[in-house]
Amino acid sequence: MRHLIGVASWLVVALVLLFHLPATAVEPGEQLKNPALEARARQISSELRCLVCQNETIDESNASLAHDIRILLRQRLTAGDTDEQAVKAIVDRYGDFVLLDPPMEPATYVLWFGPLAVLLAGLLGGMIWLRRRSDTTEAAAPLTPEERRRLDTILREADR
Amino acid sequence: MITEFGHLALILAFCVALVQATVPMLGAARAHPGWMAVGRNTALVQFALVAVAMAALMHAYITSDFSVINVVQNSHTDKPLLYKVTGVWGNHEGSMLLWIFMLSLCGAALALFSGNLPPDLRARVLAVQGMISAGFLIFILLTSNPFLRVWPPAANGQGLNPVLQDPGLAFHPPFLYLGYVGFSVAFSFAVAALIEGRVDAAWARWVRPWSLASWCFLTVGIAMGSWWSYYTLGWGGWWFWDPVENASFMPWLVGTALIHSAIVVERRDTLKSWTILLAIVTFSLSLVGTFLVRSGVLSSVHAFAVDPLRGSFILLLLIVAIGGSLTLYAIRAPSLKGGGLFAPVSREGALLLNNVLLTACAATVFLGTLYPLFLDAVGGAKVSVGPPFFDRTFAPMMVPVLIAMAVGPMLSWKRGDLLGALQRLWIAFAVAAVFTLGTLYMLYGGPVLAVFGMGLAVWTGMGVATEFAERIRLLRIPVAESFRRAINLPRAAIGMSLAHLGMAISVIGISASAFEQEYLAIVPVGGDFTLAGYQFHFDKVENLQGPNYVANDATIEVRHNGSLIDVMHPERRFFALQDQTTAVTAIRTNPIADLYVALGDPSDKGWTIRAYWKPLISWIWGGALVMAFGGVVSLSDRRWRVGAATRARHTVTAQTAPAE
Amino acid sequence: MKAGVRNLLFILPVLLFVALAGYFALALRSGDPHELPSALLNKEAPYFALAGLDGAGITRDGLKGGPVLINFFASWCVPCRIEHPLLMRLAEQNHLPLYGIDYKDQPVDAQKLLAQFGDPYRAIGMDRDGRVGLDFGVYGVPETYVLDSTGHIRKRFVGPLTAQQVDDELLPLLKQLGRP
Repeated sequence: MRHLIGVASWLVVALVLLFHLPATAVEPGEQLKNPALEARARQISSELRCLVCQNETIDESNASLAHDIRILLRQRLTAGDTDEQAVKAIVDRYGDFVLLDPPMEPATYVLWFGPLAVLLAGLLGGMIWLRRRSDTTEAAAPLTPEERRRLDTILREADR
Repeated sequence: MITEFGHLALILAFCVALVQATVPMLGAARAHPGWMAVGRNTALVQFALVAVAMAALMHAYITSDFSVINVVQNSHTDKPLLYKVTGVWGNHEGSMLLWIFMLSLCGAALALFSGNLPPDLRARVLAVQGMISAGFLIFILLTSNPFLRVWPPAANGQGLNPVLQDPGLAFHPPFLYLGYVGFSVAFSFAVAALIEGRVDAAWARWVRPWSLASWCFLTVGIAMGSWWSYYTLGWGGWWFWDPVENASFMPWLVGTALIHSAIVVERRDTLKSWTILLAIVTFSLSLVGTFLVRSGVLSSVHAFAVDPLRGSFILLLLIVAIGGSLTLYAIRAPSLKGGGLFAPVSREGALLLNNVLLTACAATVFLGTLYPLFLDAVGGAKVSVGPPFFDRTFAPMMVPVLIAMAVGPMLSWKRGDLLGALQRLWIAFAVAAVFTLGTLYMLYGGPVLAVFGMGLAVWTGMGVATEFAERIRLLRIPVAESFRRAINLPRAAIGMSLAHLGMAISVIGISASAFEQEYLAIVPVGGDFTLAGYQFHFDKVENLQGPNYVANDATIEVRHNGSLIDVMHPERRFFALQDQTTAVTAIRTNPIADLYVALGDPSDKGWTIRAYWKPLISWIWGGALVMAFGGVVSLSDRRWRVGAATRARHTVTAQTAPAE
Repeated sequence: MKAGVRNLLFILPVLLFVALAGYFALALRSGDPHELPSALLNKEAPYFALAGLDGAGITRDGLKGGPVLINFFASWCVPCRIEHPLLMRLAEQNHLPLYGIDYKDQPVDAQKLLAQFGDPYRAIGMDRDGRVGLDFGVYGVPETYVLDSTGHIRKRFVGPLTAQQVDDELLPLLKQLGRP
C-alpha cells in the first residue's frame, strides 16, 4: 500500500510537471519593472525550495507551482512587504520545509552549531592525542656516534 | 538465451564470492597456503562472471530485447545506440550491476597486482572484498535483478529519460562508481590489518596507490557530474548540495584525508589508528551514499525509485559491513602501537590537522544532508537544508584548509619551523594581498567574500609555487641546475604540487561565480541584445528532426567590438514518447569566461532567451582535472612499481623497532 | 589519559554508527519524503469564495458547522482518477460532506470528467488560477483536507486517498471531531 502511495506521489510530481506548458524557470514576463525589487525577488527565490521538484529553487524550477510562488512573492514585494514579511507569507502556506536556509531555532541548533562543535572536538582530540603520545613514550637510549652519523645521513635525505 | 547466461553468471558470481569470502580468511587463520591462494583465483573468476552478466545485459539493450523487464522500462528501439549501451546504467538495477562490475574489477586488479603482499594479508584482503561482493550480489539477485523477464514481450519500451540522453551518461557513472567502489580496497586493507593486528609502513605503502587511484577517479567523476549539470540544466547551475551530490562529496573529502594520512603511516609509522579509521569511514560513506540514493529516505532529483524493501536490505548490508568493521576497530585499534614521535608543529602535525579539518568538512556535509531525516525521525518539524546552509558552514571551514595547504608542505618532518616557513611564504602572502586589495579596489561595492576566496586561492597557489621553487633551489643555483632538479624530482612531489595547484584553480573558479551576469528576456526573431560587452543577434529558429525527438534550433550570432566571434545554436528538444522537453544549451568556452545561452519557450512576442556570462567557470572543472592529473602523476612514481614495495618492506622490517 | 578512557574513545565510531542506523531504520518506516504535513495544521482554513461549475460555488464560511472534506482535483490529473471511485463511495456512505475544488482547470473539462466518472461532491469551486490552492499550501493534486466544525484544518492527505487511509486515519479522526 505504501508502495502504491509512493508510486502515486511520483505520478503527482510527474503530472504537475508534464501537463502544464513548461515554464522555463523565471520567465521574462514575471519580472518586475523595478530592478531593485526584482533583484530582491531573485535573491529570495534562490533561497526557497520548489516543493514539486524538491531539489531546485523556485528561481530555477519549471514547475507551475514555482511559477505561482514567484508571482506571489513579487506581488508581496510590490505591495511593500519587507523580505522577511514576504518570506513569511510563503512559509505560512507551505511550512518551514520551503526554506532552503533552515531557521535558527532550538530544533536546529545541532544543525547550525554541529559543524563548529565537530571541528573543535577534532582539534581537541588531536591535541590530547599529541600530548598523550609524548607522555607515554619512554626516552630512547642515547645513540652511539656511529648511529648518530647514520641518523644524520638519513634525516638529510628525508628532509629534502 | 544470452540473458539467461547473464542471469546464471550472476548467480555463479555470488557463489564464487562466497567462496572468496570464506576460504582465504580461514586459510590465513590456519596458515594454510592452498586455501590462501584460493583468494586470487576466485577474485578473477568472479570478475569474469560479472563481466559476462554485464555483457548479457548490454546485449539485451542493444538488441532491444523487450522480454527483459529492465529493457522495457528503460529503452526504446528509436533510442540512439550510444544511449542503448550507456542506458544500461541509467536505472537502479543496471547501475547496481555497474557497481558490482566495478567492485569485482577492483577485486580482480587486487588479485593480479598483489603478488608482493605477504600471503596472509593478501588472502584476508581478498576475503573482505569477497564479502562485500557477496553482499551486493545477493542484494541484486533478490531485490534488483535486471534479468527478470516479462511474457509476452512488450511491443516497445518506455525509453530513457531525455535528460539522461547525453554523452555525460557514458562517462559520469563509470568514473564515479570506480572511485566510490575503489575505496573498498582501502577498506579491505584496513579490515585485514585489524584482523592481523598489524599496521606498518609497508601496509601504508600498499594502501596508498589504491586509495590514490580511487581518489583520482572520484575526483573526475564528481567534476563530470557537475559539468554535466551545468551544460544540461539550462541555468548554468553546477552544484546544488543535493543529497546525492553530497553522497559522492563526503567520500571524496574523507578519501583526501586518507591519502594524506597514509603518507604519515608510511614515512613515520604513526597516525595508524587515524588512518585505519579513515579507510573504513571513506568506504562506509560510499555505502551510506548508496543507501541514501536507493532507499527513498531522502528526496533527490538523482534518486532512483522509492522502495523501502531495497532500503531495508541495503541497511542490513550497512550494519554488517560498517558495524562489523567499526566494532573490529573498537576492539583491535587500541593495541596498534605507534612509532615515530613528532612535534605538534611539523609535517606530521600539519597532516594531522589536515585530517581533522577535512573530517570536520565531511561532518558538516553529513549533518546538512541528514539533518532533515534525523529531525523527522524523532518527530520534529520537517525542515529542509539547502545551499544557503552549506555556504555558511562549509565555505568558512575550507578557509583553514586552504591556508594550511600552503604552509604544510613547507614544514619538515618530525619538527618543523613554523615561523621559518611563514617567512619563506612572504611572497605568496604579498601576491595574494596585492591581488585581493587590488581587485577589491577595482570592484568597489562588489562581492567581497568572493574576492577573499580568490585571494585565498592565490595564496595557496603561490604557496605551491614557493615550495616547488625551494625544491629546485630556484635563484640560489644556476637556472640550468634548477631545471635539471625539476626534471629529476620524484613524481610524487610533482604530483603533490599539481594536485594542490588544481585545488587552488578550482577555488578561484568557484569564487568567481559571484561575478556572473545574466540576461533574461523575450527576444523576437531578428532581435538583438547585449551582455557583458558582447552583442548578440537572434537570427532565426529552425525545426530539426532527431532520432527520437523534434527540436527548435536557434541561430544566435555573437559579436565583440563589432566583429563576429561565434555562432551559437541553443536548442529545445521535444521527446514525444515521454512528452518531455529538454534544453540543449549553447556554450562558448574559453579560459576567461563562458558564454552560455539557453532557449526557452516561444510566445507571440518572440522566444525567451536566457544568457549568462560566467567568468572563470571552466577553472572549476579544469582545476579538478589538474588535481586528478596530479594524482595520476603521483601514482606513476617508480616507488610504487611492484618491485619497490618488496625492497621497502624488507628495509622497513629490518629497521623498525619490534615494539608492535 | 588512562587506558580505559582511551579505549572508550575507540568505541565512539561504532556507537555513532549504531545511532545512525537507528535513524535510517526509523526513516525507512516513515513513508515518502515527498509528503509534507500541512503548514496550516490546526489553523483556520484560508478565506476563499469560489464560483461553481454551473450554479452556486463554495465559500469558506459556508462550510462551517460540521466537519467537511475538501478535495482538490483536476481533469488533467491522473491519480485523481485513481481515488475517484473511493470518493464516490465516501459520498454514498455520507460520513461527512465532500466538497471539491477544481484546481487550474477548464469548466468544460471538469464537466466531462464528472459526467464520465460521477460527481461525489456536494458542491464544487473553480480555482481557475490556483490562488486558493496557493493559500492552502497545495503543492500537487490530488490533496484532501479535513476541516472541523469551526473551519480549522485538522489533516491533509497528499496524493490519491486510499481505503487504508480512510480506515486508519480519516474515520478515527472523525470520531475525535464528534461525527460517527
